[in-house]
Amino acid sequence: MKKIISLLFILNISVSAAQTPSGEWILERIDENWVSGNKIYVTNMVIHGRRGADRTIQSKSWIQGSEKSFTEYLSPAREKGTKMLKLEDQLWTYTPSTDRTIQISGHMLRQSVMGSDLSYEDMMEDTELKELYDAEVTGEDTVISRPCWVVELTAKTSDVAYYSRKMWVDKERFVVLRAYLYAKSGKLLKTTEIKNVIRVQGRWVPNVIVFKDALKEGEGTEFIIESVEFDVDIPDYIFTKAALRR
Amino acid sequence: MIIPKLAFQNILGAGLRTWLNVIVLSFAYVAIIALNGIYGGMQEQAVQAQIEVEYGGGQFWQGQYDPYDPFSFQDAHGALPPQLQNWIEEGNATPVLIRQATIYPNGRLRTILLKGINPDQTVLNIPSHFLADEKDVTPALIGSRMAKSTGLELGDYVTVRWRDKNGTFDAQDVEIVQIMNTSVQTVDNNQIWVPLNDLQTMTQMEGEATIVVVDRNFQNREPIEGWTFQSLDVLLKDLMDMVKSKTIGGSIIYIVLLMLAILAIFDTQVLSIFKRRKEMGTLMALGMTRVKVIELFTVEGAVHGVLAVLVAVIYGTPLLVYLATQGFPLPASTDSYGFAIGEKLFPIYSAQLIFGTIILVMTVTTIVSYLPTRKISKLKPTDALKGKLT
Repeated sequence: MKKIISLLFILNISVSAAQTPSGEWILERIDENWVSGNKIYVTNMVIHGRRGADRTIQSKSWIQGSEKSFTEYLSPAREKGTKMLKLEDQLWTYTPSTDRTIQISGHMLRQSVMGSDLSYEDMMEDTELKELYDAEVTGEDTVISRPCWVVELTAKTSDVAYYSRKMWVDKERFVVLRAYLYAKSGKLLKTTEIKNVIRVQGRWVPNVIVFKDALKEGEGTEFIIESVEFDVDIPDYIFTKAALRR
Repeated sequence: MIIPKLAFQNILGAGLRTWLNVIVLSFAYVAIIALNGIYGGMQEQAVQAQIEVEYGGGQFWQGQYDPYDPFSFQDAHGALPPQLQNWIEEGNATPVLIRQATIYPNGRLRTILLKGINPDQTVLNIPSHFLADEKDVTPALIGSRMAKSTGLELGDYVTVRWRDKNGTFDAQDVEIVQIMNTSVQTVDNNQIWVPLNDLQTMTQMEGEATIVVVDRNFQNREPIEGWTFQSLDVLLKDLMDMVKSKTIGGSIIYIVLLMLAILAIFDTQVLSIFKRRKEMGTLMALGMTRVKVIELFTVEGAVHGVLAVLVAVIYGTPLLVYLATQGFPLPASTDSYGFAIGEKLFPIYSAQLIFGTIILVMTVTTIVSYLPTRKISKLKPTDALKGKLT
């Protein structure tokens, strides 16, 4: 969840459009924006089914830094009460119907979350871009009528999930409006497209994002951020396994 | 000798009643041998198939590997120690690298195990030689169940996504170069076999493996640091337990048949003791002791068992021999039972099974024949001659 949101943050820093900034500088702006305090989100995840049947899953997430996050599904009734806890690189889920907490690891991490285009491991990705990638501005483009820098990223560490990325970054707001995530072989794996951006507490926040597993058929998964609060106090007990059963 | 002779005369004299009992009892013989033969054959076929295709003469597992714990898969790989490397070069063992991956057949996501095997290996009976062809894309081998469940066909390309040693995603297309028919589901379901070298390169795990399968005829089992040897006893334990549970379930059928047969014999004995009171009195009056009379009636009952063996031999032998040589085809649903049996099941009848069954049925028949005769021990010859049974 954190990864999803982190990709989409913006920083409202004005840069002269006439000058081409360095890729590193753009990443710094995105990362600086991401390194913020605690956040609480309420999101709707719209999963488009293969036969035209859509499902909407509403969830609330509490996030502390880049290491801790806790998500609770609010609806539909079948998923209500399902919770996920991420502590560093470990992930647990709790389902009320079985009253069991299980750790998600190994091949289970590669499975889709609730049939969406996101896997559990996608949701665990950290995206401190500046630490992980070398960046180069390769052009300019327009996305949702916004002028963008086209930035190509190549991994500078060997333990990064996606070897390379291509991002369309809003020149003025520094929102990643479109991103393509590639495998080492150069095969396109995932895409994200932002459909709308809103301003919350002085930040530009994407509130409609479409995630698409490029290897999978379908229309992708829509993420709609209903509400977001920044720098709120989150009690420590939220990020404990005991909280999963509460 | 007079008692067995008398017993045979009496039992054959009873006519149809005797033959009905004998036929039912012979069913029990044939059913016990046939069912146990089926389970024996099932076990033998499954064990042989598992050994040939998956287990070989045993496996060395990399320290982290636990096939029952998917959490262990990520770290379950290691460089091959020199000892194992020697055995592999001599053709006495073959390494297999196992990694988790995702495939996208027909645009659907599916998690699988990607297994790397040497194309020229001969330790396992897997058609790995199909992976030897030099191609632009990585060749892949799948089982028929995997092909059916994913809709993949020979010559199809499928995208595989995996993470390398460092956790970085990579993806490429592989070509299905062969679909193997195997009765062993554990090398088929949700698995794709690719050349070991390719998988090692793809995952940056050059010279590494997850397991090393030892040849069936290779006896060296020296302990190797960081690798645990799993003997066939350990590897086949689950299979043996499954067959055992199936055998117990199947035994209910022949226990019911045997119960029917011994109930018929018991009834026959009770009826003959009631009907033949005067005969008993006459025998005692002629000097036969009570013990001898009991012996006579018990032997009469036990003769049912002997005759049943003869009848069972007449119709059971051709039937059982036919099944053992021709086998019988199994319905497609049997595949989901988890046994590596194949399309036909060939029962196996051991001498131990045949003689054990005869001894069991004879013993039960004799005991059941004896129980009603205990009344004779209290019989007075005078009462018996009058037709009384006290």
